[in-house]
Amino acid sequence: MGMKTRGAALAVCMVGAMVLAGCAGGAGGPQQKAGNISNDEVVIGVLNDQSGVYKDLSGPNSVVAVNMAIADYKAKYGDKAVAKKIEVVTADHQNKPDIANTKAQEMYERQNADIILDVPASSAALAVATVAKAQKKLFIDVGAGTTALTGVSCNKYTFHWAYDTQMLAKGAASLVKNGGQNWSIVYPDYAFGQDMQKSFTAAVKDAGGTVQQSIPTPFPNDNFATFITKAASSNPDVIGTMAAGGDLINFVKQFNQSGMRDQVKLAVGLMFITDIHSLGVDQFAGTSFTDAWYWNFDKTNRAWADRFTKKTDTRPSFAHAANYSAATQYLEAIQRAGTDASDAVIKELEGKKLNDVFLRNGQVRADHNVVHDTYLAKVKSKDQVKEPWDYEEITNTIPAKEAYGPVSTECKL
Amino acid sequence: MSAFIQYTVQGLAAGGFYALAALGLAVIFGALGVVNFAHGACYMLGAVTAAVLLDVTGMNFWLALVVVPVLMFGFGVVIERFLVRWLLGLDILYNFLLTFGIALVLVDLVKRMYGVSGLPYQQPAGLEGQLHLGSATLPKYQVFVFIFALAVCVVVWLVLSRTRVGMIVRAATEDAERSRALGINVGRWVTPVFGFGIALAGLSGVLAAPFRAITADMGGNFIIILFAIVVIGGLGSILGAVVAGFIVGMVEAYGQAYLPAFSQVAIFLLMAVIILVRPAGLFGRADSV
Repeated sequence: MGMKTRGAALAVCMVGAMVLAGCAGGAGGPQQKAGNISNDEVVIGVLNDQSGVYKDLSGPNSVVAVNMAIADYKAKYGDKAVAKKIEVVTADHQNKPDIANTKAQEMYERQNADIILDVPASSAALAVATVAKAQKKLFIDVGAGTTALTGVSCNKYTFHWAYDTQMLAKGAASLVKNGGQNWSIVYPDYAFGQDMQKSFTAAVKDAGGTVQQSIPTPFPNDNFATFITKAASSNPDVIGTMAAGGDLINFVKQFNQSGMRDQVKLAVGLMFITDIHSLGVDQFAGTSFTDAWYWNFDKTNRAWADRFTKKTDTRPSFAHAANYSAATQYLEAIQRAGTDASDAVIKELEGKKLNDVFLRNGQVRADHNVVHDTYLAKVKSKDQVKEPWDYEEITNTIPAKEAYGPVSTECKL
Repeated sequence: MSAFIQYTVQGLAAGGFYALAALGLAVIFGALGVVNFAHGACYMLGAVTAAVLLDVTGMNFWLALVVVPVLMFGFGVVIERFLVRWLLGLDILYNFLLTFGIALVLVDLVKRMYGVSGLPYQQPAGLEGQLHLGSATLPKYQVFVFIFALAVCVVVWLVLSRTRVGMIVRAATEDAERSRALGINVGRWVTPVFGFGIALAGLSGVLAAPFRAITADMGGNFIIILFAIVVIGGLGSILGAVVAGFIVGMVEAYGQAYLPAFSQVAIFLLMAVIILVRPAGLFGRADSV
């Protein structure tokens, strides 16, 4: 007993000593010459959904992607790196705008974050954009879809990286040219769904098609049986669903059971590869959707995805790759600017043409929307799948110039 | 007209499923006076268990329909023995809070173990395709769910109202003290009844697996509709739960067809009207309010 106690005390002392040594090492170690870096370190905040519906498509694995970007930056520049010390801080915003607001302030003010990344859920993203503007610190949104970020609610410090509702609509509307003339749209009746419904209606009309009916549904919703019957009642060529997450799975399962699958094309407004994975490729087979990036598109993507998979045991969603890209381009901008001061970094991003594993023909537009090539994808059938997560066939690459809506006239930076 | 028939048939099919899911809630409240807020989580657990068993052991839907409720029965027994029982004599709110907490724990455990995107589940063999009933078309699976759910509801009702066991359970729960005086071991009956209610929740979860998203959150929205059903039917009334299940299914289908944006609001409007006109619900006893 006495031996045990003494042993435990010794262990505590040793741990304490190690902690102290660690601290001392940190403080007394070689001082970095980084006069132009605030607090001598660049702090990147990743604020997203760590526990709810968007956890799998962004969540902790977005943090992994950002850390990969940091490692690559360090490896690339070594001693010449302007940002010598880079730290990542994370928080869970639970998809709630009020929590996102508080956490963003905490990150900028107390944790000295120089930038916040990711932030899925449109309402939360808009909240963070407001904080970024007030704090005069950068915010690159990846996970949210609202066009307001680069439209009516745009500001100098906010950039929108991966996708928006107009881009999703433009991609999917290319189905009109492939026999998808008449559409029925079923959308969840809240901000995102309404935004999607408007974007899709406009895009289908632009492409020469007709939207016969738009049907609002409650959100969240489990039972879509009658909505599906109603949507099919006008004999459309395409039924477009704007449901996301669990509701999307409910919709597709019930759509397939209803037998509509053989009669009508299904287009999904917003789909992540994690959705296909969770429902099983069979249930989605033949479904069309717009993708911002696909891990198995080419060798470059695949090589990056392999590195990602080694760390996470899962394949990356486009949001993961986009977070990597956003962090990379941010660090590159610091490198060019020689400082992490917000205004200088923004100057290094604005108007720039960017290319990396995620951005192909990328460009930062005047409204801070980062446009790039996007893809029309079709879900493979089960016998076409050659390996785990091999779910998508890219049927069309949409050039960056045509992939997005016009530069917003409502945006005054 | 043919569209109307189609909507009606869809409403009936959905109603059957709701009736079965609400049944367990009504049985537990009727027998123990416990408002089981964990019912949605147990429904979720049933679906997740079925999906995990399919993935790990390859167990098919038909076997899961038997195995999962048995497992959930055991789970219910454990919950009752170690947790619910201790609060039975206290205010009804205590067990309400306890089961609410249990629901939170279960949902987060499932999220932790299986993520949030959901689990895949195949269409059960033999139930693919559609059935044409006159001018209406229904997925075979929905027809099956309707018939199966209705059969379970009838059997439960018969057992509780027509058999000796049912009589003892009802007596024990309605007036525990007098039943004890007549030589009935009341405590012995409480545990299996609770387990049975949880098994019914698990059974609805298995039935949900082929046509609903199997996620940790699937019970969250569902439990709210279930509560609307038992309130409309009358808390603790088994017949009430079944009838109200069908009413809600119909209201939802007609709502989706004719007032899409208000299809869910309509259910709660109905609930509000019922509470105003008949506070005890359609089949509830006035003293249970």
